[in-house]
Amino acid sequence: MDFATFLIQCLNSLQYGLLLFLVASGLTLIFGIMGVINLAHGSFYMIGAYMAFALAPVVATTFGGGFFATLLVGTVLAVALGYVLEWIFFSFLYEREHLQQVLMTYGLILVFEELRSLAVGDDVHGVQPPEILAGTLPLGEMMTYPVYRLFVSGVCLALAIGMWFVFTRTRLGMMIRAGSTNREMVQSLGIDIKFLYRVVFAAGVAIAVLAGMVAAPVSSVYPGMGNSVLIICFVVVVIGGIGSIRGALLAALLIGAVDTFGKVLVPQAAGVLVYVLMALILLWKPDGLFKAG
Amino acid sequence: MKLKTLAFAAALAVSSAAQAQGAKLKVGLMLPATGTFAALGTAIENGFRLHVAEQGGKLGGREIEFVKVDDESDPAKATDNVNKLIKRDNVDVLVGTVHSGVAMAMAKVAKDTGTLLLVPNAGADAVTGPMCAPNIFRSSFSNWQPGYAMGEVVAKKGHKNVVTITWKYAAGDESVKGFKEAFEKSGGKVVKELSLPFPNVEFQALLTEIAASKPDAVYTFFAGGGAVKFVKDYAAAGLKKNIPLYGAGFLTDGTLEAQGADADGLLTTLHYSDSLNTPRDNSFRLAYAKTYKLQPDVYAVQGYDAAQMLGIGLAAVKGDVSKKAEIAAAIEKAKIDSPRGAFSVSKAHNPVQDIYLRQVSGKENKLVGVASKSLADPARGCRM
Repeated sequence: MDFATFLIQCLNSLQYGLLLFLVASGLTLIFGIMGVINLAHGSFYMIGAYMAFALAPVVATTFGGGFFATLLVGTVLAVALGYVLEWIFFSFLYEREHLQQVLMTYGLILVFEELRSLAVGDDVHGVQPPEILAGTLPLGEMMTYPVYRLFVSGVCLALAIGMWFVFTRTRLGMMIRAGSTNREMVQSLGIDIKFLYRVVFAAGVAIAVLAGMVAAPVSSVYPGMGNSVLIICFVVVVIGGIGSIRGALLAALLIGAVDTFGKVLVPQAAGVLVYVLMALILLWKPDGLFKAG
Repeated sequence: MKLKTLAFAAALAVSSAAQAQGAKLKVGLMLPATGTFAALGTAIENGFRLHVAEQGGKLGGREIEFVKVDDESDPAKATDNVNKLIKRDNVDVLVGTVHSGVAMAMAKVAKDTGTLLLVPNAGADAVTGPMCAPNIFRSSFSNWQPGYAMGEVVAKKGHKNVVTITWKYAAGDESVKGFKEAFEKSGGKVVKELSLPFPNVEFQALLTEIAASKPDAVYTFFAGGGAVKFVKDYAAAGLKKNIPLYGAGFLTDGTLEAQGADADGLLTTLHYSDSLNTPRDNSFRLAYAKTYKLQPDVYAVQGYDAAQMLGIGLAAVKGDVSKKAEIAAAIEKAKIDSPRGAFSVSKAHNPVQDIYLRQVSGKENKLVGVASKSLADPARGCRM
């Protein structure tokens, strides 16, 4: 590998790492901070991707908007979905065992897959990036780099900083973190923890859906796409340390680098490298890189 | 007591009547109804049912009754599912499936129990290789076939150095092996074999590798969502205009709508094309479109031909499935009048068929010509 190629691979790994954080960010919120094991996270991601595909023509005809209008409408719908889901299902789960959370969220995966199949069918779809971001930048003598991928990285960084700020620097974030440590105590301090959690859960779902929509033009849209990201999302959150946004970002970048260079340097072992990394880090730090609190 | 004996005798009589010639023939359809391959399962079943309907609902003089199991494309559940069909539902014939891993489990059980098995898609070389058996037939292809045909095409185009890229799993490995065999036989060289774990779709690192090694051409095997993303990423990385891309036909089958302009001009090899324009294919396409309000694809053709093969076998024994040797002999001798063009089966029971070269144009796989005439899988490891 010459130096120019090495630099391009570094860019690839950075970009993939940021994409991973984007995909896992909703899980960081719901699993990492709220402490609910949410296997349906992949489904929310999938719903987002399918929204980017199926919602775009509807938004274009009713509001006349393009890609960004679709993002906005999709996010609003996602907040509503998350709010209702929390109300009907998840609000009963906080005080229950993890196994029951696993069972219910697994059930949700099956329901969402089937609904998706009924509503949009089982075909594979592509989503075009918006006009202004459709260009490419030259890279080396042969390659070009899609501008849209840089945009995705930008969205991811903004999201990471935004989440970090809200959770560590605002009163709202403090209440949420307190709630995940001791629900009763927070309640007895006069904070409406039920409503608060409903909102946070809705935000987590909305972030997962937004990630799906933003990633759709680079990832394409296909049945079962949610399940394929689910495991890697859990790896990101676990390596980073439950509840730590900083940790999740670092973990995602680390996985991006290991995966990218692993594929190139040791292709035979590329499938297991990420999990070897996870095992090593957990041996070294059983709580992940940055354990919150 | 007497009543009980009577009932028992009656039950016996019924069950032996079910074995008799006049009774319905039970066909066990083990296909994916959910998951990534659900659409393929539907197409295969549609094709199969279309041929049965054309024959008035009967094959070999016996009415057909379908027993369906969703295999979920899950190899872990495959053996259980096959056993359910054979032992609980007492099916006479097994048909399935799409996923190679599941098909291998089916082949294993079929080999052990001697039940007639028709494989309408799964391309694993082993099904008509080491796993081959007198009662196992395939109506589709082996992974080796489109790969080998493309190896000849790419060599004829004058390309010398080629990089291959695929998922690290049986289908990808076998396809690349077939390509390499033909391409290197004609004097070319595969300079690098890139692969990534299935079903990983983060191609960027490997695309950079391709750009760095500057080959004359790239050969690839991807299918479904991975195929869409690969073709789009290949174009977005600027490689499409510098390094021509060739692939096994699944790269552009059922994926063209999603790939859009990025797939335009791609050359692929497969045993079927959307525009064969033969009278046989046209009448099949018309009948299929009328019945299902859908355009048929290669999977529908494979399902249709599986039914044709079963029909030929059953006709030779007048519907008596117990005469296994005669059924096999009849199918081995037959020329199957497929929409893809007539084909016969090899000694190992895989189609000996023309592999077409197709080019993507206007969201269709247009026929360019025959890449390899009457190509037979070498059936390595088959002892029969």
